[in-house]
Amino acid sequence: MPTFIDILIMAPEFYLVAAACLLLLLDAFMKPEQRPMLHWISIVVLLVAIYMLIAGQSEQTVTAFGDMFVRDRVADILKIFALLTTVLVMVYARPYLIDRKLLIGEFYTLMIFAVIGIMLLVSAGNLVTVYLGLELLSLSSYALVALNRDARLPSEAAIKYFVLGALASGMLLYGMSMVYGASGMGGTPSLDLAQLHNVATYTTTPKLLLFGLIFMIVGIGFKLGAAPFHMWIPDVYQGAPTPVTTLIASGSKLAAFGMAYRLLSSGMGDLSQHWQLMLAVLAVASLAIGNLVAIVQTNLKRMLAYSTISHMGYLLLGLAAAGPEGYAAAMFYAISYALMGAAAFGVMLALTRAGFECEEIADLKGLNQKSPWMAFLMLLAMFSLAGVPPLFGFWAKVLVLEAAIHANMLWLAIVGIVFAIIGLYYYLHVIKVMYFDKPAEGSELQAKPDASLRVVLSLNALSLLVLGLYWGPLLGWCRSAFGL
Amino acid sequence: MFNHLLSLLIWLPVAGAIPVLLAGSARPNLARWLSLLVAVLTFAVSLFLLVQYNPDTGGMQLTESYLWIASWGVHYGLAVDGISVALILMTTFVGILVIAGAWEVIQDKPHQYMAAMLILEGLLIGVFCATDALLFYALFEAILIPMFILIGIWGGPRRVYATLKFFIYTFFGSVFMLIALLYLYQKAHTFDLATLAALPLTMKEQSWIFFAFLIAFAIKVPMVPVHTWLPDAHVEAPTGGSVVLAAVMLKIGGYGFLRFSLPIVPDASEHFAWVVIALSLIAVVYIGYVALVQEDMKKLVAYSSVAHMGFVTLGIFIAFMLVRGSANIDMAQLGMQGAMVQMISHGFVSGAMFTCIGVLYDRMHTRSIKDYGGVINVMPWFGFFYVLFAMANCGLPGTSGFVGEFMVILASFAANPWIALFAAFTLIIGAAYTLWLVKRVLWGDITNPHVAEMKEINGRETFVLVAFAAAVLALGIWPQPLVHLMDSSVSQLVHQIAIHKI
Repeated sequence: MPTFIDILIMAPEFYLVAAACLLLLLDAFMKPEQRPMLHWISIVVLLVAIYMLIAGQSEQTVTAFGDMFVRDRVADILKIFALLTTVLVMVYARPYLIDRKLLIGEFYTLMIFAVIGIMLLVSAGNLVTVYLGLELLSLSSYALVALNRDARLPSEAAIKYFVLGALASGMLLYGMSMVYGASGMGGTPSLDLAQLHNVATYTTTPKLLLFGLIFMIVGIGFKLGAAPFHMWIPDVYQGAPTPVTTLIASGSKLAAFGMAYRLLSSGMGDLSQHWQLMLAVLAVASLAIGNLVAIVQTNLKRMLAYSTISHMGYLLLGLAAAGPEGYAAAMFYAISYALMGAAAFGVMLALTRAGFECEEIADLKGLNQKSPWMAFLMLLAMFSLAGVPPLFGFWAKVLVLEAAIHANMLWLAIVGIVFAIIGLYYYLHVIKVMYFDKPAEGSELQAKPDASLRVVLSLNALSLLVLGLYWGPLLGWCRSAFGL
Repeated sequence: MFNHLLSLLIWLPVAGAIPVLLAGSARPNLARWLSLLVAVLTFAVSLFLLVQYNPDTGGMQLTESYLWIASWGVHYGLAVDGISVALILMTTFVGILVIAGAWEVIQDKPHQYMAAMLILEGLLIGVFCATDALLFYALFEAILIPMFILIGIWGGPRRVYATLKFFIYTFFGSVFMLIALLYLYQKAHTFDLATLAALPLTMKEQSWIFFAFLIAFAIKVPMVPVHTWLPDAHVEAPTGGSVVLAAVMLKIGGYGFLRFSLPIVPDASEHFAWVVIALSLIAVVYIGYVALVQEDMKKLVAYSSVAHMGFVTLGIFIAFMLVRGSANIDMAQLGMQGAMVQMISHGFVSGAMFTCIGVLYDRMHTRSIKDYGGVINVMPWFGFFYVLFAMANCGLPGTSGFVGEFMVILASFAANPWIALFAAFTLIIGAAYTLWLVKRVLWGDITNPHVAEMKEINGRETFVLVAFAAAVLALGIWPQPLVHLMDSSVSQLVHQIAIHKI
């Protein structure tokens, strides 16, 4: 029987589920002209959830529903940032949605359900919870990608996303079943991550366990978008409506990190010497493919998609280090990437208007002349993504590199840094287009007059600079989550 | 205020850039005056360094240290010794001149230009006083951002190529240094430079770290064969960009050797000193010849910069041969001292040369030598300054160019006369390319009708050139104050490298 304590521990999630259902009802019964109110209501709903999380933080790890749900600081931090980036996405999305007549209740409800998925995923204490959270997030994302159902490209992207996503979920499930089976050989079968932690020591079928691990890593790789499981990323990024791309690029990455951490560290921690090398291979492949292919892209969303792949390579550097230092660095990286990605896509969203997607890199030509502030914000995002100090992204890279060196993987750190040089080129190219090129004839680049968008976007991009100058507290927070 | 003098020096120009930006394109003159005000204020504040810094005791002074990143033990640590003080003063001095030099030359978005210059100035000052390796690295890299923008927006026709090459080249060099620093952090659990200097390291570790540092600083100096970004960047950069690049940014390379390579990996530095010395000699001789055949004035001066910076690296590493080979501390000190004087002198001379070329370029919009000839007939005052700086560039006694080169040659003679012989070649080659440049640009008859229409330098340009000339002559005639300022710091450094780490 669930106790009151259980419900209290999961209060933010319960609250969000209730709110999402309420929003659905509201949407159905609201007068059409009142619908835009949903935007503000959803933002308030999310802000309240952030407040609940911060207020309800506890020092030690607590579990609910028989260890199905874990609430520790890792989960809290990831949830807070996932909610925060979702708020950012909503703010950035409003003018875009209005322009395209997509400001409908479904967008907000699906966003909230996606974020509930993220919250479950990062709090998972059991293989079933992992799967539950993952599917909730994924199904909401598929639907969100197809939000503009009459357009060809988004539908295509949604189908691709769905098919490949289903395949990856299948892999993950298959891997889980093997791990479950292996845990039954020589002990009591268990789906509980904490009990699976030392399954390697007693199982009589270590090969089966390893096999399961490999399939689980495939699932994780897909969710992260790490090469060679990255195929869906470019098409989905490009095809999805830009606000949805922003969500996939920011909040989803936090979820993917949380999932990888739960499954690998909490669940398969004993096998770390096996998955370390697998993750290192994924990291190198992601760094290479992401950075090299991004160079030749002309579509900004596609370029950022490949850049995501490379960034997941860096994140994997931290995970592959397989220690509290590495996890803290990887979490720091996920947070920094979520903020950087949100800022970069935010500038794109600020510049779009009906009939103009601002998707091509060439669309940004001469932005510094048309709108110097937007150009500056984009510059911050690009230099941060490129990892140039004193911006946030630089420190995130330093941390994962340090973690790799700390874990005696100096070679991996050197590979990482070499690809950072290669990756530099395409970010500089965007800045070149904005600052050094003349605006195209008849170019009407103009930032949206939407005040909330401008203020929040400015704060978001400036936070990259502020956190770049003073990142100690955030790092301290991340490290405290892993007992450092 | 004196407790935070260094912080003030860094943040004053950086913060000053914000009002300049806000002044906006609508009021370009306000932006110009504001930036000049900030630059002059920064220079005024930097003069307090001379008062506050005690050159007799040496060592790091005016220390500021705050815990920056608690969990990593990274400090926001600033301090200066004599070498830093000299470099900071040069930076703030040049800072005023580039702002004044760009006054009406930069018509396109002047506020952004001035703001970028100010931010650059602040970051450069930061590099010269950081005592924490991570802070140094962050500032070292952050410099690339304003410079990238400066060359890219206000540069010449091939500016995009040049600025991308500049950025990627220098970034490439420094990332290996980052790996080396992270490795050192694993061993020492701190980024504090003084602690790292005392950290025992095996020869194998030292060698790897030495080369990581070498790549970073050699590209910055730049040394042969990684100098190729410099001619491109110089040629395409706006005048102010070239001046800062040549006068201050290149010095970071030499400074980096002093702060990182020498104290942290002294044994590897000794072991591989011949590599650096050989490359320096190649720079002095071969690049001198390369400069001779240039047809573009800026390129010529850029190559001559590479040759002159060869003296800096030569002077620094010749000290190892003297200290460790023949225990000749006095001569080693002389060589090191010469390298430092050469850095400062080159800052003024090359800055002045690029300013002169900028003056010509603003009138004729060409940098090609063959388009000129007979300029002295229409611009006699300009000709006066041009010849003065040219003389300094080829190291005429009485100008600052002579002092440093002479000291380095003297020290190399003590180490090995052959090295001195090659180094002394510069006196001939330097004179050849510089004087030939003067001959082709200033003397002779006016063949190009556009030259006849050139106007004499105006008051603002005269101010900038007079300021440079004063510095060049002052250092040339009476280098003692500068030498005294750096003396105890150089002596400490030389004694430090005498200590074996293994």
